[in-house]
Amino acid sequence: MVARYVGRRFAQAAFVLWLAVTLAFVAMQLTPGDPAQALLAASGATSEEIAERRAQLGLDDPLLVQYAHYLLDLVRGDLGRSWLHSRPVGRMIMEQLSPTAALAVAATAVGVLLGLALGVLAALRRSTWLDTAATTVAVLGLSTPTYWSGILAILLFSLQLGWLPAAGEGDLRHLVLPALVLGFALSGSIARLVRACVVEVMEEPFVLAARARGLPSYRVIFVHVLRSALAPALTVIALQFGFLLGGAVVTESVFARRGLGKLAVEAILWRDLPVVRGVVVCGALVYVLINLAADLLQAWLDPRLRDGLA
Amino acid sequence: MIRWAAPPRRSLVRQPAALAALGWLALAGLGAAMALSLAPAGPLVADTARALLPPGLGRPLGTDLFGRDVLARLLWGGRWTLGMGLVALAVTVGLGLPTGLVAGTFGGWIDPVLMRLVDALLAFPGLLLAMAVVALLGPGMGSVAVAVGLAAAPAYARVARSAALEVRAQPYVEAARAVGCSEWRILVRHVLPNAAAPLVAFAATQLGWVLLNGAALNFLGLGARPGTPEWGATLAEGRGYLRDAPWVSVFPGLALTLTVLAANLVGDGLQEALRPW
Repeated sequence: MVARYVGRRFAQAAFVLWLAVTLAFVAMQLTPGDPAQALLAASGATSEEIAERRAQLGLDDPLLVQYAHYLLDLVRGDLGRSWLHSRPVGRMIMEQLSPTAALAVAATAVGVLLGLALGVLAALRRSTWLDTAATTVAVLGLSTPTYWSGILAILLFSLQLGWLPAAGEGDLRHLVLPALVLGFALSGSIARLVRACVVEVMEEPFVLAARARGLPSYRVIFVHVLRSALAPALTVIALQFGFLLGGAVVTESVFARRGLGKLAVEAILWRDLPVVRGVVVCGALVYVLINLAADLLQAWLDPRLRDGLA
Repeated sequence: MIRWAAPPRRSLVRQPAALAALGWLALAGLGAAMALSLAPAGPLVADTARALLPPGLGRPLGTDLFGRDVLARLLWGGRWTLGMGLVALAVTVGLGLPTGLVAGTFGGWIDPVLMRLVDALLAFPGLLLAMAVVALLGPGMGSVAVAVGLAAAPAYARVARSAALEVRAQPYVEAARAVGCSEWRILVRHVLPNAAAPLVAFAATQLGWVLLNGAALNFLGLGARPGTPEWGATLAEGRGYLRDAPWVSVFPGLALTLTVLAANLVGDGLQEALRPW
């Protein structure tokens, strides 16, 4: 049963990824513009040179052949070449990966901790002032653009108090404000999802049964409620990773950090489509893999999914 | 005290937060609509003698680097930002609603085909998908509105489909089918009106999303031209002299945050008021 569920989930993830990269291919085919010309535009190449390059790049091949090459290249980890810099897109992404990954990990830590705390607190004290306070903080996190909270944070902690650097990167101190700002935004949706999961479990018959048996409420909460609520919460938290990737792009811009965000924004402004496609396809790959991992982890944590629904 | 039981649902008029949110949306919309009479000089009048003045008499929110009035730019910017949000929402609902309703009502082979397409789009993180669409269409305000609307559409299609599935299981749909109604008639006359409540609530939430992310693309410089009073773009412009004139960035950001917050609160309020139990 477990093997079947895992196998099916893997096949599903592979299928969605294939569809996604195919969409990316089709979208680029539909865009007007000649890649060979774009690649050579800066060097003032003659039309013969451009035609030669077209043949070299396989742009004269039938569409299906181009598509097959594209898929094969992707499987080998080759994302194509930048039109602007004539460099492999994969290498350009790898160079910018570590600052973005550092921000993503730090922001996830802040977001998950704060989100879990707010969500559980709100659910346990449902319809009291504590619930109102926690859900208000959550909806504020959800609604405040990081490019505004980031500016407020710079104003307060860098310009007024002078505690932390406003921009750039270097040591860990540069990471604190961006991670807090992005983490706060992330915590909003996590808190709401965790609250909903905990509230739902609290209405389950087995919780009533546990209370009827006279168990102390802290035992009911920790052993029965939270254990069964956090498994589904995990999957919805994983869904927030997509938000995190987009948020990282904006946050990097606010704090003038190096990273994938800067790479992507410059590529869009210069219409360097292979780089844009590379960043987007990588984002989809990571997003799908993280959700796959979360689903498998949930199946492992929750026996009902493991045995019944699979 | 641990609260174990669910509170009763409240109608929208009994939810102060949702009412205040509606009030803010009305105020922001009115300000944008009446920008011409409230700030007749327009958002572009520069006066370098009045550059970077703090809020005070005759300039309630201060002036920017070129001496332009921040409040006037805020009112005119509402036209850009709110207009962008409405166009994007129209794209979201226009694409997502028919996709979801057709998939959920008709079932058969068309349901998995449409839903796999939706899954493939959902595989891209939302803002990255919107950025990719801007890259394909070329930077600009119109591209941004279409892009964020498109990026929000798959989630809307999902919600529309599950709402349609719920209605399709009702006995009155079976009855309609039994008396010989066509599938399209069932969709338009039975499924759409009965699935409308959650779809209206989710549309408010999606409005918040497209505003937040559309303004983000403008902030990144992928949409509005420099100088446009759009809130995200103005916010980015004010970053250059944050130390001397924080009000140039702070007020458009506040307006945007309040508007996104209001859209989310209205969405939450509608969801509570319209939930069936």
